[in-house]
Amino acid sequence: MGKLGLDPAVVARARELAARAGQPVVELARSHTTVSVERAVLRLAGVAGADSDGIPWVNRLVDAVAADVGLSHGVAVPVFDALLREGLDDVTVLAQKAAAGAVGFRMPVKPGAARRAAGTAVRRGLRLVDRRRAERDRLIRRYGDAPRRPWIYLIVATGDIHEDIPQAQAAARAGADVIAVIRSTGQSLLDYVPEGATREGFAGTYATQENFRLMRAALDETSKQLGRYVRLTNYASGLCMPEMAVLAGMERLDMMLNDSMYGILFRDINPVRTFVDQRFSRQIHARAGIIINTGEDNYLTTADAVEAAHTVTVSQLLNEYFAHEAGLQDWQLGIGHAFEINPELPESFRLELAHALLARELFPDAPLKWMPPTKHMTGDVFRGNLLDGFFNLAGVMTGQGILLVGMMTEAVVTPWLSDRDIALQNVRYVLDGAGNLHEDFQPAPGGFIQTRAHQVLDEAVQLLADISDKSLLDAIASGTFGIMKRPPDAGRGLDGVAAHASDYFNPVTT
Amino acid sequence: MIVRPYGDTTGDGMVQVSFTLPLAHDKRAEGAAVQLANKMGLDPAMLVHAKPMGEAFTFFVVYGRVNHLVDTATVQVAERDYPLLSAKEVNAAVKRRLRRRLSVVGACIGTDAHTVGIDAILNVKGVAGEKGLEYYRELAVTNMGAQVSVPDLVQAAVERRADAVLVSQVVTQRDAHLHNTRAMAAAFREALPAHRRPLLVVGGPRFDELMAAELGVDRIFGRGTTPREVASYLVHALLGEDRK
Repeated sequence: MGKLGLDPAVVARARELAARAGQPVVELARSHTTVSVERAVLRLAGVAGADSDGIPWVNRLVDAVAADVGLSHGVAVPVFDALLREGLDDVTVLAQKAAAGAVGFRMPVKPGAARRAAGTAVRRGLRLVDRRRAERDRLIRRYGDAPRRPWIYLIVATGDIHEDIPQAQAAARAGADVIAVIRSTGQSLLDYVPEGATREGFAGTYATQENFRLMRAALDETSKQLGRYVRLTNYASGLCMPEMAVLAGMERLDMMLNDSMYGILFRDINPVRTFVDQRFSRQIHARAGIIINTGEDNYLTTADAVEAAHTVTVSQLLNEYFAHEAGLQDWQLGIGHAFEINPELPESFRLELAHALLARELFPDAPLKWMPPTKHMTGDVFRGNLLDGFFNLAGVMTGQGILLVGMMTEAVVTPWLSDRDIALQNVRYVLDGAGNLHEDFQPAPGGFIQTRAHQVLDEAVQLLADISDKSLLDAIASGTFGIMKRPPDAGRGLDGVAAHASDYFNPVTT
Repeated sequence: MIVRPYGDTTGDGMVQVSFTLPLAHDKRAEGAAVQLANKMGLDPAMLVHAKPMGEAFTFFVVYGRVNHLVDTATVQVAERDYPLLSAKEVNAAVKRRLRRRLSVVGACIGTDAHTVGIDAILNVKGVAGEKGLEYYRELAVTNMGAQVSVPDLVQAAVERRADAVLVSQVVTQRDAHLHNTRAMAAAFREALPAHRRPLLVVGGPRFDELMAAELGVDRIFGRGTTPREVASYLVHALLGEDRK
């Protein structure tokens, strides 16, 4: 089996090493909480809306609880203890009172009643997530699914949700199976989720619950017209991963960007914060039936795509380990990789095929997310269109599951209507002309492609062995991934992390 | 020198353009495309391709001859007063001339909570496909984030032996960006003798790039500035041969 003749023992060894490297991080995630995890719990428990300055009530409530009793017990017990004491039945009202200083919080000696009340409240939130998942399944049955693999994934990013909507609907009509709304630059560093419909963003549109709802409703309408269910993507990344996951689950988003290390390496978010947030967010995605997209393409934009090929494989294996541990199934793993080898390099396309096929064979049941060239797009739109054609060809030859459509105007402008049309023509030509080429594509045994794939896997195993000898946190601290050194006691969001006390209680995860 | 575009014969003046009109594709739309090409100076204009995109748009490719002449003697170029360097060149220049990493401290000062500008310039993620200054091996970057007070910024700059301080200001209500910048420049003047003062650079979408001297800073960057421009400027200003 397999086109690369990979040694199953080496593949098993790679997974075993990834698990060994990841285990201490999982332990860390199980024994800590963060402000964003606690806010996500409160969102599931029904806290909604924001104060007149736009600060969400979940932020005000978590801050108030933390000021009185700290974060280490979890906020559920002190919040529901206060709710019962005050005789209130709306947690948002409690948040408003707490923000005004009218309510104090304590850890009750007997937490049973508060725990039960918290459990009942979050079950309502989780049942909504469950209903949304069932609704997705129903709509896919009713409207039909995307007609083929790979799914065609297109981006909109105007900054204004009301401009995004017609653009997204037009993209869907033109053939997109998945619409991603790019977030405003810098949202990942906000320690709160903005509220409401937004019409201004920087190179993207703010991710808010209302924007999610508006876009999903618009795409439902388009799905009905087109007779196929169009999926919607956003980002569970940055300082609010857990809350984004909850909001996505409640508003029936279908995919979320969710990488285990992206925030650490590229946004300088504290490693512990990221791993704790990541685990909770993935648990929610697992329940919501959301497909995650991991971010390995980013390594290749900072490092050389040939030299660093094995770091992509290592990150993929770690992302897989963390995802499985959090309860995600293989069909939910849009493991990422990208077509970023310098086209001036001799045999660059054969190298791309080797790397893409390696990912395919390492994760046979995952819908791989195949990312187009960006680093070597120069503004020469004609050459860019050719490069995108080869990217599409590599995608069909290696059976990729989700194809992010490359734009010839990458690095020039945000895509014009005509850029998107030309890019989709390119994709359609390749899919129609060579969509089943993978059936005939069989790299020669011992040939260039096989040899290169084996080499990358061997290098990945070596790096995983090094990492699991020390620890993943040390590896990140010493600059193993990308070029950034990210120590566990530095980075953004560290002050929002707390170790569990012995009486820590989280009604979502217990 | 007088030149005109080159297709396959000297002086033929041939160019190719493509554009979209918000019209459904029909004969009239094609006529409209030719009319636009004519107005752009293409005469004769050959409409070689027209493709409908959805109900209400059509994409056109037009080839044609332009009659305009270009006189290279009258070309005026707004020259940047420093060369634009690649990340590699920036690193090499710092290594060669400074023999240590160049220390950069960045922040949003005052009540401004918009870190979008400073993050675009400093974060590895960068902006528009260009990596931020953190990506430059020879730059030691400290990003203090938002709502940093001026005294804290001065203290961090002293502690980190900053060669350059980058300040981003997005909020412009009641000229907050100008007041904050003046206060910051004054604080550095007060705290440090001239030869130890870091290079002061501010950026934001509403600054006038010509106001640097008036605000007491070394340089102002406006909307659309990329990390590479900032890095190149730092090399020029701090390590340029002309600076003692």
